[in-house]
Amino acid sequence: MTRPRLISLLGSYGVVLALLLLILFGWARYDYFVGLFNITSVLRYNSMFALVALGMCFVIMTGGIDLSVGSTAALGSVVAALASPQGAWIGLGAGVGAGLCVGLINAILVTRLKIMPFVATLAMMLAASGTALLLADNQSVSVSYESGFTSIGQDNFIGFPIPAWIAIMTYVVGWVVLNFTSTGRGVLAVGGNEDATRLMGLPADRIKFLVYLASGGLAGLAGVILASQFGAGQPIEGVGWELFAIAAVVVGGTLLTGGVGSVGATLAGVLLLGILFNVLNFENGKGWISLSAYWQSVIRGLFLLVVVILQAKLSSRGSVAVRDY
Amino acid sequence: MTDTARQQLISRPFDPFDFMARYGTLIALALLILFNFAFTRNFATMQTLNVNLTQVCTIVIVAVGMTLVIATGGIDLSVGSLMAISGALAPMIFLGKIVPIGNVALAVAAAMIIAVGVAGLFGLFNGWLIARFRIQPIVATLILFIAGRGIAQVLTNGNLQTFRVPQFQWIGLGRLFGIPVQVVLMVLLVIAAAWMLKRTVFGRQIIAVGGNERAAELSGIAVSRVKLVVYTISGLCAGIAGLVVIAINSSSDANLVGMGMELDAIAAVAVGGTLLSGGKATIIGTLLGAMTIQLVRYTLLANGVPDAAALVVKAGIIVLAVWIQQQGRRT
Repeated sequence: MTRPRLISLLGSYGVVLALLLLILFGWARYDYFVGLFNITSVLRYNSMFALVALGMCFVIMTGGIDLSVGSTAALGSVVAALASPQGAWIGLGAGVGAGLCVGLINAILVTRLKIMPFVATLAMMLAASGTALLLADNQSVSVSYESGFTSIGQDNFIGFPIPAWIAIMTYVVGWVVLNFTSTGRGVLAVGGNEDATRLMGLPADRIKFLVYLASGGLAGLAGVILASQFGAGQPIEGVGWELFAIAAVVVGGTLLTGGVGSVGATLAGVLLLGILFNVLNFENGKGWISLSAYWQSVIRGLFLLVVVILQAKLSSRGSVAVRDY
Repeated sequence: MTDTARQQLISRPFDPFDFMARYGTLIALALLILFNFAFTRNFATMQTLNVNLTQVCTIVIVAVGMTLVIATGGIDLSVGSLMAISGALAPMIFLGKIVPIGNVALAVAAAMIIAVGVAGLFGLFNGWLIARFRIQPIVATLILFIAGRGIAQVLTNGNLQTFRVPQFQWIGLGRLFGIPVQVVLMVLLVIAAAWMLKRTVFGRQIIAVGGNERAAELSGIAVSRVKLVVYTISGLCAGIAGLVVIAINSSSDANLVGMGMELDAIAAVAVGGTLLSGGKATIIGTLLGAMTIQLVRYTLLANGVPDAAALVVKAGIIVLAVWIQQQGRRT
């Protein structure tokens, strides 16, 4: 009994354990790894991915997928930059609103027209990216520096970057919604068995609708942070964000088949992937190895490979006999 | 069986959705061509035909492999990255950067075989992950989508490789009986795949696996083997497409070769009428789907609509095609 128990514990806390080990490794090896500057810059940069991954986590828990988050973030950054001269809050609202619009269309395509999430969000990925390019006239849009819009991404609050605060707050909200509201429990129910959920009388379509809407809104928020952090709305940013988010969610132990998932582990997954890069950069700085930036995606892929195989091994223990060929 | 049901079997009433699901792509293509004859200047020229055919070729070659993968109920996101790997490897070999080879013909042959073979091996790796570990195709191929382009960039150190080797570039620039070589290649691949899917046992097994995997397994089909082969074919197709792209460009840029190709290929398959959930596939449909998307883009660009707007239109077409297909299936 102890061995399977140990393995299942490893399955749920493996990502947190790996994260701690990685941080300990960095702490022991590099001088400035646990320094204020490094910590705040890692958090500031990764908060965008954290927001996108949170939305992705909810979508995946319902058994769906949202491939449009990257270009939605790009669209959000362009719209926010265009609206930023009107004031910081209006810029923020416009960016999130643009994200919500994309999320709304995704939700309608998936729940009303019954188009597979994969196809619907793939199409919206193209549409959002095209719209962003049209609005921005194929170039990056400078934000207004007078209206205070840039402080959303660049300033600190109680010594902590504002984007990190935003990310932490949304994760707390996400955690509460998932664990303590009927909609949140419904998300897992829909992902576990959609037909059974319907037969029990739960509003499966409404839950799915909300999840895609939320994912769009969070991607728009990530776009706002992108624009204010880098001082420009960037229509071609966000390429591959959806895959980073999916990787973070998978690393966090959320099953892509839906029905199982954790908000906290997703955050750990985002940090793990983010800090992995940070460690690589420090290692390059040490001079022992010199890996070009191109190695990062190879290592990211390898990492995902290991996690996915481990996950498959762990989950196959619980299920019926796995056939070999 | 009730009487009404029997009657329906004998004479099915005309169902517009079913009709559109069957012939919609063909009609759309015909309408597009007519529209262009009427409104686009210089449309009815050999040059227009050539431009469109050469641009659609690589998409079709990749989409043929993608059709087979999707027919088994899977997906292959790694095709663009595999194109980059094959496109990065081939020049390294025929330019003699790895091992100097004296004979040009020999070097080019080795480059083609090795580059396409390596792409095929990566495809096999995808299939292995999916068949052996039962990892969902979207995740399994996501790994090489991320890592594959990185591998190509690491191989070339991110540098542009330029070359002028007519023997190699024949597959992108040469002509057979006046027809561009890559068009001949595309037609041959389409015919071979269509024949395999319709007329061979293996083709029927692909459809069976996509229709109902469990039932296919119980009826004695080696499901794992079918998946391994299908993903390998997809990898090989991507490898060939990568060679064609770099041959046309006379250069290979690992950062750009095959970028976004997975989306174009999936779109072509979806618009062509292959069910994305698997179990029904048409290679000719994929060919028509790719041509439709290409022609829509050409029509918009030729009439002064910006490329970004063409993206939005493409998105609309994909959604519409899949929606019509689903309505047709429901009845």
